[in-house]
Amino acid sequence: MSDYSIKIENLGKKYIIGHETQAGYKTLRDAIVEGMKSYAGFIFRPFSDRSADAGSEEFWALKDINIEIKSGDRIGIIGRNGAGKSTLLKILSRITEPTKGDIWINGRVASLLEVGTGFHPELTGRENIFLNGAVLGMGKAEIKRKFDEIVAFSEVEKFLDTPVKRYSSGMYVRLAFAVAAHLEPEILVVDEVLAVGDAAFQKKCLGKMEEVGKEGRTVLFVSHNMGAITRLCEKVALLGEGSLIKFGSANDVVDDYLKSGVGSSAVRKWPEISKAPGNEVAALISIAAIGGNGETSGSVEINKSVIIQMEYLVKKPDQILTPNFHFYNGEGTCAFVVRELDEKWQDRKRPAGYYKCQAVIPPNFLSEGSYVVGAALSTLTPLTVHFYERDAIAFQVIDNMSGETARGDYAGPMPGVVRPILKWSTQFEAREL
Amino acid sequence: MDAGGNGEKKYTLHISPGKAELNYFKDLWRYRELFLFLAWRDVLVRYKQTIIGVLWSVLRPLITMIIFTVVFSKLANLPSNGVPYGIMVFAGILPWQFFSNSLSDSGNSLIGNSHLISKVYFPRIIIPTSSVIVSLIDFLIAFIIMLAIMILWYSFVPPMSIVLIIPFLALAFLASLGLGFFVSALTVKYRDFRYIVPFIVQFGLYVSPVGFMSSIVPEKWRLLYSLNPVVGVIDGFRWAILGASQPLWWPGVAVSFAVSSILFLLGFKYFRSTEKDFADVI
Repeated sequence: MSDYSIKIENLGKKYIIGHETQAGYKTLRDAIVEGMKSYAGFIFRPFSDRSADAGSEEFWALKDINIEIKSGDRIGIIGRNGAGKSTLLKILSRITEPTKGDIWINGRVASLLEVGTGFHPELTGRENIFLNGAVLGMGKAEIKRKFDEIVAFSEVEKFLDTPVKRYSSGMYVRLAFAVAAHLEPEILVVDEVLAVGDAAFQKKCLGKMEEVGKEGRTVLFVSHNMGAITRLCEKVALLGEGSLIKFGSANDVVDDYLKSGVGSSAVRKWPEISKAPGNEVAALISIAAIGGNGETSGSVEINKSVIIQMEYLVKKPDQILTPNFHFYNGEGTCAFVVRELDEKWQDRKRPAGYYKCQAVIPPNFLSEGSYVVGAALSTLTPLTVHFYERDAIAFQVIDNMSGETARGDYAGPMPGVVRPILKWSTQFEAREL
Repeated sequence: MDAGGNGEKKYTLHISPGKAELNYFKDLWRYRELFLFLAWRDVLVRYKQTIIGVLWSVLRPLITMIIFTVVFSKLANLPSNGVPYGIMVFAGILPWQFFSNSLSDSGNSLIGNSHLISKVYFPRIIIPTSSVIVSLIDFLIAFIIMLAIMILWYSFVPPMSIVLIIPFLALAFLASLGLGFFVSALTVKYRDFRYIVPFIVQFGLYVSPVGFMSSIVPEKWRLLYSLNPVVGVIDGFRWAILGASQPLWWPGVAVSFAVSSILFLLGFKYFRSTEKDFADVI
C-alpha cells in the first residue's frame, strides 16, 4: 500500500524553554555569565547533578503523532492556540526538525505559512514574482512559463514595474496570492494566514484551495474557522496539547471539538462568590450559551436560535441594575450589544437574591463563525459597572447547508457579521429596449 | 532507517531527526536556483538607487586611500619601494574592504532574513553566502573604477600579471565565507554578537597591511603576522598589480591559505551543526 502522500509516525518535537532570558533569545553576555556560574558550580560541587538546569524546562510541542494521509485528501487541522498546529506545519515544511519520529512524504510540498514570503518592498512587482516564486519552490523556467498567467490573476499589470512598497495592501496581497496560486505541488500546506484579508480575497483563497483539492492534490489546512474547515476538508485532525486527539470525518471531529469545549467554553461558572467577578453590589454566578435543544452548546446551527443565559447574585438591595451582553466575532469586531429589556424590572429597585436572565438570539441572524460573549451588570445612572467579564463564553455558528438559510444553494463564502433572511420580491414587466 | 520491511519504498522525502544533515549537499544542489535568486535580490536591492550605490562603493575606498596615503606616506614616511604610495594603498584597501563588508553583511544577514527563515525551508547557508557574493560584486565594480582612476591619475600602466589577483581574490573569498558562516550563526545564537563584529572589523583594518607594506614587519614576526589571512591576500594583490617592486613572501601566503581553509571548514561545520535550530531561535 503506497498511495499515501504523507505518513507521520511517532512524531515528537521538544523545545527547551529558557526562563531567565527576557528578550526571548540569548546574549553572549548571558552565556559567559552562565558558563562561569556552572564552572564555579563544578569546582565547588563537582558531584551535584548539573543536567537539571534550573533555568530551562523541556516542553513537548508535539508528542507521538501518527497520521496517514492518502493522496488527494483534504485534511483540516484544528485545535486551540498552542495545540501544536503550527509546529506540525513547520515540521512538514522542513522549517524546523522533529526531535523524534519519522515523516514520509510522497510528492512535492509547497507550504504557504504566510502571504508574500520573501517579498522585498524595494523591488518591483515583476521582480517580486520571480523572487517569491523561487522562495515557494518554483524554478526559473516554471515562473517564466506561468508569468503572464500570474500577472493576469493578480490584476496589477499596470504596476508591474513599480516597487511593491508603493502598492496598496490589497494589491500586495493579490500579487502575493497570485504567485502562490500558481504553485503546482502535489501537497499544499496552508496556514490560517491565508484566510485573513478582505472578503473577496478570502473567497478567492478558499475557492482556489477547493480547486486544488478537486484536482486530486493533497491539501493540509490549518484554521480556526470551523465553517471553512467543514466546507473544504473531508477529514479533520484535532490536536490538543501536542497530541492527536481525534482524526476522522470533518463533521464529526468539528462537532466533537465544539461540544467538548476544547475550543472555547460555552459555559462558565463561578462556584465561589469570593472569586467571582463582581463588587459589593453583585456577583456573577454563571453564563452559558444554550442551543435549540435546551442544552449548553458550543455550536449552534445558523437557522436555530441560541439563548445566552446569565445567573447572578445581588448582594446589596435597592439598586437599579441592567444586565447587558457584548458580542464579538472571530475578527474581534463588535457584532452588537444588548441590554435587558424586561418591563417588570426596568428602572425598578431590586431586592437582594438570585437572578437568572436570558436573551434569545433569533435564528438566521448571526453570520457563521465564532462569537465571543462578554457579560456585564451595570447601573446606568450614574454609570457604574458592577462586573464585566470580557470573553466570558464563546460559541460557534455553523452553516451545514441544511434547512432554510440565507445561503440558499450557494456554497461559497459569505462575509458579514449578520446573515438575515430577508423578504425578497421581484417585479417584472416586458419593456422595449 | 527507511520504512523497514513495510515495503514502502516509494517516497520522495523522509523527514526525521538528523535526516536533513544527511542529504545536505543534495539539498544544496536542489536549491541552487533559490540561491541565485537571493543573491540577485541582494545585488538588486543594493544597486536599486543606482547612482548612490555605485558612488558609495567607490567613494569609501577612495577617501580612505587618500587619508592613508597622507598619514602613512607623508606623515609617517613609510616606504613603498618606489611605486606611488596611493597605488599601493589602493591594492590593499579593496581586498580589505571586500573582506570587512563580507563580514559585517553576512553577520547580520540571517537576522535580516528572519521572516524567510521562519516561513520557508531552504539550506540556510545560502543567506550568508549570498551576502559575501554581493560584497564580491561590490568589490569588482569598485576595482574597475578605482583602477581607471589610478591609470588616469598616476599614468599607471597595469602589468599583465594583474590577472594573478584572481587566485588571491579566491583566497579572500574563502576566508570571508568561513568567517561569515561563523559570525552569522553566532549572531543568531547570541544577539549581542553584532556589536562585536564592527569592533573586529575596525581592529582588523589596523593589524592588516592596508596602509603600509607588510615587509615593514620584522622578519621574525612575519610568519605569525601571516596568520591573519588578509595579509596573504593583500600581499598577493600588491605583487600582482605592482610587480617586482612588491616581492611576494611565499611562506606567508602558504600560512594565510592554510588559515583561510581551516576557517572555511570550521565555519561551514559550525554553521551546519547549528542551522537546523535557526527557525526555533530566530
